[in-house]
Amino acid sequence: MKFIRMVEETIAVRYSESKMRCPTHLCTGQEAISAAVGLALRQDDFVVSTHRSHGHYLGKGGNLNAMMAEIYGKATGCSLGKGGSMHLVDKSVGFMGSTAIVGGTIPVGVGLGLSIRLHGTDQVSCAFFGDGASEEGMFYESVNFAVLKKLPVLFICENNLYSVYSPLKVRQPSKRAIYTLAKAIGCPAEQGDGNDAESIYQKVSRALRRIRQGKGPYFFEFSTYRWREHCGPLFDNDLGYRTNQEYLEWKKRDPVLRLEQKLLRRKDLSKADIERVERDISRQVAKAFDFAEKSPFPDASELTKDVFA
Amino acid sequence: MQKRNLKFFRAVNEALHVAMQKDKNVICYGLGTDDPKGVFGTTLGLRENFGPERVFDMPTSENSMTGIAIGAALNGIRPVMTHQRLDFFLLAMDQLVNNAAKWHYMFGGKHSVPITIRLILGRGWGQGPTHSQNLQAWFAHIPGLKVVAPATASDAKGLLLSSIFDPNPVIFLEQRWLHNVEGHVPAGDFRVALGQAKVLRHGDAATIVASSYMTIEALQAVKVLSKNGVECDVVDLRTLCPLDWKTIFSSVKKTGRLLVLDTGNETCSVASEIVARVSMELFSSLKGAPRRIALADVPTPTSPTLTKVFYKGAEDIVKAIGQMLRKDIPFEDLNNKSACPHDVPGDWFKGPF
Repeated sequence: MKFIRMVEETIAVRYSESKMRCPTHLCTGQEAISAAVGLALRQDDFVVSTHRSHGHYLGKGGNLNAMMAEIYGKATGCSLGKGGSMHLVDKSVGFMGSTAIVGGTIPVGVGLGLSIRLHGTDQVSCAFFGDGASEEGMFYESVNFAVLKKLPVLFICENNLYSVYSPLKVRQPSKRAIYTLAKAIGCPAEQGDGNDAESIYQKVSRALRRIRQGKGPYFFEFSTYRWREHCGPLFDNDLGYRTNQEYLEWKKRDPVLRLEQKLLRRKDLSKADIERVERDISRQVAKAFDFAEKSPFPDASELTKDVFA
Repeated sequence: MQKRNLKFFRAVNEALHVAMQKDKNVICYGLGTDDPKGVFGTTLGLRENFGPERVFDMPTSENSMTGIAIGAALNGIRPVMTHQRLDFFLLAMDQLVNNAAKWHYMFGGKHSVPITIRLILGRGWGQGPTHSQNLQAWFAHIPGLKVVAPATASDAKGLLLSSIFDPNPVIFLEQRWLHNVEGHVPAGDFRVALGQAKVLRHGDAATIVASSYMTIEALQAVKVLSKNGVECDVVDLRTLCPLDWKTIFSSVKKTGRLLVLDTGNETCSVASEIVARVSMELFSSLKGAPRRIALADVPTPTSPTLTKVFYKGAEDIVKAIGQMLRKDIPFEDLNNKSACPHDVPGDWFKGPF
């Protein structure tokens, strides 16, 4: 979680150098879900994700150097510089792809679930998406099919209350929670605090055991909040679509700080431990940025390659 | 080789059986796939032979079911989806264009998406505005998609097998009126390579480029032309993307005249692209302006008096070639087609679908 935070915040600091030349959606404030779900999943489980995918990718164990090089548009990027921040992939850890169409990877995640069923393994396919995706037809279609066929799919809805600048309250009736929609389709579903890494880990681990027993899909709606602007490195509370007060309230529930304080209180970690972890992550992040900066850009001849397999 | 005649729909059915027999990762689904009619007979027997895990009906969720095919394909499955009309598939353009077509490119070649999507095209019997569109040009326009449009029973089988085992997403267009066309079909795992046109008739007067159902009309037309001493090349494209430019160009270089037939609307059609590229690259070989015959730029009408002028056929082809050669060639209905109403492919078709 700290790792994701430090990567995202380094991107935020260095974005203005204009070397990361692609739309970049940071997940600062939402890291607990990525980290806890990633930890609960096995390496051979599958994940698909969205435009805001750095956390999901890193949480699943995706290679940091390849991600940074991808954001820098380099040939050493995970998608050879053809995808950018919104199109990450690391097959070696089951991160099967993130795309930038709202809801667009939910059915892909269910299809991976279908393939697991056909191959007869006990893997799980996990689809991450946001609250906006729950308004797409694909959401209902995909959950319906997963329930119909009892597929091994974990649905993770990160409800950060905004679809770009549009608040949830202008998009969905205020008294109806998103997870109840999944429930109505017949998918076991629950709501949880998306800023409490430990409880997410416990809930998801329990659901994964159930899914692996062949009992079909499971759905979580985790409430959380993105700190920075929808797309880019800045804060945008000055725009007026949300209040600074709301942001500060959520900042008090900083998932990283919360876990640190809990671990310190329980004496599971000391301040020195935390500092050591931070130094270690700093080194890794610096190395990854260095790798990305020093990597070559794709050759012009790459333009027409890989249109067809 | 012993002649083994099969109808087009049986050839499709046989290809599906062969593919599923050969590779347990081939699955087949779509609305009505395992219903008693088996999608015009094309999917009959599959469920009985390969079981409900691999052959199944689906929720009416065209877009997500396409995304589900993509996800399954990412992990080694080869889905074959079937839609009883192309028009029903339009809800799935998002998954097709944003995901299937570019998954390989946008992830730097890390994944491929081997899915085949069979789309059946309606014609006649009042199918009208939303049951008879051929939007083949849309598909051919998208980088990363292959588009296949067979005209004969043998190509239906050979191209479908190649499509299923191709590592890319393939749109497989089946004209409903072709389902009962009969021809020799080789047994077993018979394949026709994608991207290769076939010259069905040879002549020096003009090149007629056709595909799908218009190939049948072209073959009728060249019979009449031949009786009048005019011999033409008939190039059956078979694959619309990638196009076999080599075969088209070598025929046009020989004849110097080009007529392209298209089963879709005229503007921005596949025919437009062929006319444009031949004009640009073979200008000095041309003896006259290339022409195209496609559908008028209007939605498909329903009433038979309107469809009669909307659809084009052998008579229009003969007329166009006559004009291109500045020759008066009378049309003759050699197959006595006018004995049967214009809005059905033959007396076997009693509607409704």
